Amino acid sequence: MIWTNAVIQGLLLGGLYAIFACGLSLMFGVMRLVNLAHGDLGVLGAYFAIILVEHLGGNPLWTFAAVIPVAALVGYLLQRFLLDHALNGGELSPILVTFGLSIIIENLLQQTFGANDQSLNIGALSYQSWKIASDIYVGRLNVIIFVVAVLVIVALQLFLSRTPAGRALRATADNRRAAALSGIDPKRTRAMATAIALATVAVGGLFLAMRSSFAPTSGSADLLFAFEAVIIGGLGNLWGTLVGGLVLGVAQTVGSQINPADGILIGDLVFLAVLAFRPQGLIASRSVAVR
Amino acid sequence: MSDLLTGQHDVSVTRGTLGSRVALGVGIAVVVALIFAPAVAGDSATNNLTQFLILLIMAIGWNLVAGYGGMVSIGHQAFIGFASYAVLDLSIHGVLAWYAVPMAIVLAGLISIPVSWLAFRLRGGYFAIGTWVIAQVFQLVIAQQSNLGGGAGASLNDLNNLNPINRDNVTYWFALGLTVLSLGVTALLLRSRVGMALVAVRDEEFSAAATGVNVVRTKRLVFILSAAICGGAGALLCLSNLEVQPNSAFSIQYSAFMIFMVLVGGIGSFEGPIIGAIIFFVLQQSLASYGAWYLVILGGFAIIVTLWLPRGIWGAIDPHHRRSLVPLRHRIDYDEIE
Repeated sequence: MIWTNAVIQGLLLGGLYAIFACGLSLMFGVMRLVNLAHGDLGVLGAYFAIILVEHLGGNPLWTFAAVIPVAALVGYLLQRFLLDHALNGGELSPILVTFGLSIIIENLLQQTFGANDQSLNIGALSYQSWKIASDIYVGRLNVIIFVVAVLVIVALQLFLSRTPAGRALRATADNRRAAALSGIDPKRTRAMATAIALATVAVGGLFLAMRSSFAPTSGSADLLFAFEAVIIGGLGNLWGTLVGGLVLGVAQTVGSQINPADGILIGDLVFLAVLAFRPQGLIASRSVAVR
Repeated sequence: MSDLLTGQHDVSVTRGTLGSRVALGVGIAVVVALIFAPAVAGDSATNNLTQFLILLIMAIGWNLVAGYGGMVSIGHQAFIGFASYAVLDLSIHGVLAWYAVPMAIVLAGLISIPVSWLAFRLRGGYFAIGTWVIAQVFQLVIAQQSNLGGGAGASLNDLNNLNPINRDNVTYWFALGLTVLSLGVTALLLRSRVGMALVAVRDEEFSAAATGVNVVRTKRLVFILSAAICGGAGALLCLSNLEVQPNSAFSIQYSAFMIFMVLVGGIGSFEGPIIGAIIFFVLQQSLASYGAWYLVILGGFAIIVTLWLPRGIWGAIDPHHRRSLVPLRHRIDYDEIE
């Protein structure tokens, strides 16, 4: 029974990783840019929520409404004023610029808020749970996070496949020049991708802050988990990213069940095993937009 | 050009220049002066020089993999930490720490081979994060080895009975020797056939492959060599700190430092890491009291240099590769025959 429980908790945790991963994957698909500050930007959103709650009070759940649009705006500006320049500078420059951004964010947060763990207290929701079997309980918040993760992925998939803006993103991912020639504004498209990515990672950051605790350096860990989810699932497929997140979550909770200190290591080993034996990922690629 | 073809000119292909010969002389003089530095400088100055040389060795290693290999690794702290722990482990098993250093370097090179099998499946930014994950695996595995002190780390007790000043001096000479060795190996590699293949691969991988360069083998060779060089820095860190602790031995900060030094000095140039290490060391010493702010400044510098000075300070001094202090490139000289 403890193993069933570990798998169920792992699936729920995996939803959070999928939320972190889908933005990373979208930005890479549209502009071949791996944002090494992705996790830190999510954590930045969580600190923003902490400030909002401190000054305005109320249940932190309301901060979603404030943080998501701000994150999208930050993403838009970040792309326009920084990342677009980095993309013009050759292959290495986006990696170096986003790594520099990651260092800046982590240390600014450390300087401003200290290195201590923080969390967003959402009251009863944080400990209420549903009983689904004789000794298996699932936290309500965890179920909500999982449902939101699936909704985010479905919404993103529908957006990419059904809307004109989504078509522009897919076209740019497929062939940037051809897309530009057929009238798609590449700058606007890239900025849109980054805005969406930051909106999703802000959702991830807030859930992380409500679910457990976080610190200025949490962003690096989140980046690594998001990346592992993307590679395990297979590049180029949002459903793959969801599956990758779930596999990683299960690997970590089952690993922790074997030895409490081993959770992250087992997750890493599953990732390395996929890299070694199935480098295309568990789910083969179809859509080009998130490749 | 037509004159060239009709043999009106005496054409010669050379590498050395007056500048490079002067630089070699100055370089030898500096190294000789540095050998005798501990006699003049006090113990704390010698230790500072050791710290500087360790940073320089890291920068040389990272420049090799990123600047010449075109692979941005954020996981080379894996080799730094691995070699630190190798020195510790060997000394626990009765190998004198001095002898453990070259062994740790070889081991770091060897462990990088399986790492490359995995990491080379990823490219660009994903390669960067992939190496980071691998470094995390190194740290998590080593932090569980209770004979190496687990998460708390352990002290290197091997050298305790030595006179501290003598010990520090020998560590310093090790650092100096490894610096010269790393620079020498880099220069020889770049002058060799492999070096030319490497520059071709970095500049345009597909064309290089089309002209018969074995791309993967060339990249792997550079990866292994850079891992061994960074391993040398790690082994020296163990000697100079006399203790190893997983969180600091495998710290991502080493990657930030290496990236900063190489970017600011000039990525993909022989001189860049040297300039970058000097600037970084001075900044580190003068900003140390500002805590995390100094890392914020470092990150800001990294972004600014990448965007506006992509070839670093050396690239600004020598934009056309005419003033290179090390004879790495071929030059065509021709004089008119009267």
